[in-house]
Amino acid sequence: MNDVAWIEKALTAARPQAMAALLRYFRDLDRAEEAFQEACLRAMKTWPEKGPPRDPAAWLIFVGRNAALDAVRREARNTQLPSDDVLSDLDDAEAGMAERLDDAHYRDDILRLMFICCHPDLPATQQIALALRIVSGLSVREIASAFLANEKAVEQRITRAKRRVADASIPYATPSPAERAERLGAVAAMIYLVFNEGYSASGGEAHIKTQLCDEAIRLARLLLRLFPTEPEIMGLLALMLLNHARTPARLDDDGQIVLLEDQDRSLWNSNFIAEGIALVDKAMRHREPGPYQIQAAIAALHAHAKTAAETDWREIELLYRMLERLQPSPVVTLNRAVAVFKAQGAAPALELVEPLEERLSNYFYFHGLRGALLQELGRDKDARISFDKAISLARTPAEASHIRQHIDRLAGDGAKRQEAG
Amino acid sequence: MLYAILCYHDEDVVESWTKEEDDAVLAKRHKVQQALVDEGRMGPSIRLVPTTAATTIRASGNEQIVIDGPFAETKEQLLGFYIVDCRNLEEVIDFAKRMKEGESCTFEIRPIRIFNTGELPEKVEVAG
Repeated sequence: MNDVAWIEKALTAARPQAMAALLRYFRDLDRAEEAFQEACLRAMKTWPEKGPPRDPAAWLIFVGRNAALDAVRREARNTQLPSDDVLSDLDDAEAGMAERLDDAHYRDDILRLMFICCHPDLPATQQIALALRIVSGLSVREIASAFLANEKAVEQRITRAKRRVADASIPYATPSPAERAERLGAVAAMIYLVFNEGYSASGGEAHIKTQLCDEAIRLARLLLRLFPTEPEIMGLLALMLLNHARTPARLDDDGQIVLLEDQDRSLWNSNFIAEGIALVDKAMRHREPGPYQIQAAIAALHAHAKTAAETDWREIELLYRMLERLQPSPVVTLNRAVAVFKAQGAAPALELVEPLEERLSNYFYFHGLRGALLQELGRDKDARISFDKAISLARTPAEASHIRQHIDRLAGDGAKRQEAG
Repeated sequence: MLYAILCYHDEDVVESWTKEEDDAVLAKRHKVQQALVDEGRMGPSIRLVPTTAATTIRASGNEQIVIDGPFAETKEQLLGFYIVDCRNLEEVIDFAKRMKEGESCTFEIRPIRIFNTGELPEKVEVAG
């Protein structure tokens, strides 16, 4: 990798820390962003000549803060500009700066920054857009293309979110341990939202948006580095790694969905799997099970199986039971039904699925699974009705065409049965 | 003389490489390694899973305690290492320099005192 490419990666990596500290100084998202931009511009000029600083985040905070203070003074038309030599001897200043920026500060700053982005008053789409803009530094255009929205709409979404954040009084004081735990949970949920938007797009042509998955993983790694003993953060990172590991096998060359059981497991990313399994193991030692850890443990069982047939569906069913207790939801029950189907057959699975109809009547996967179960039980006519319903609820072309394949198979099976009969 | 070449880098940076960027770095290093491979002087190469997956065992009084992660906040993390057989320090420095070309990582060279080849599977099975 050349210098410029490395510097860009380093700036991206340092961004959350630097933005978080600048926000603490200026208490204004726009001002902090401008300061960070200015610091990046100077880094692009200085680093190739002088080499990268020992602590890029500290350098960016120091330079960004000075640049923004200059700007504030200029705006106030207050006396003359400070002389250039304030900024010239950065090497010395940097060391002192780095020492003063202790880890505890970093942790709370970043948590505050992320927490602001996932402010409970903001709708989920605004949370994601704001986090991608402020924490990840994606451009409005990049976010727009990720959401398949136009740039203007995204710009508005971000502006609105910023105004809302400014109106709400966000406490800048260091959070108490209780508040911190609460924030950590909210931040984890926001990161998972970003991941899910990438993993299973809520609309549009592209079914998977890798960039968003990568970004969510990067943020979770950052969070875990700051809070290395939180089993649920380990679980969150593991869950995303284990799911994302399958990405190269989830769509075929024509962009059609390939079901987990049909995926070419040799395409799975073995680095992600190794890391994910290691994190699940580590989290389990804490004996504090949580929803992310359990979901990660389920994903790890899939990753452990060399072939789909070797999947330990009984263990998976037990884990879903545990998840149901911790976080009861019809979707979790639906997933447990899949495990029951694999371990015990279609009839007991259908029994689990039927009572969910009222609550999941608008859920694509409900009708897809119900159709598959009915098909398995030979109730072709009912299966057809469920598949038709599923198609009408499909959010992406890949989802729709997947169900269409089921219907084709149904037609094929029916024909075969007629021939046989 | 056996040497370990320890590779340090900012984990945040390296983990944000795309697969293509990562492959390019490895391919470039492989090229440099080839000469030593041909002469049977290239030992195992080991890449470590990120430090977030690490567990530390420490003494606390008379007890052993197991804790998560390395707590020390260093800017660079140990990402992996190579074992090579080189004639002298000059040669291993030259080798490491050529592997490092164009990269911003740090290589630390440490002579090896005890070496057992041991036995490990040829390829690491992660999904097995």
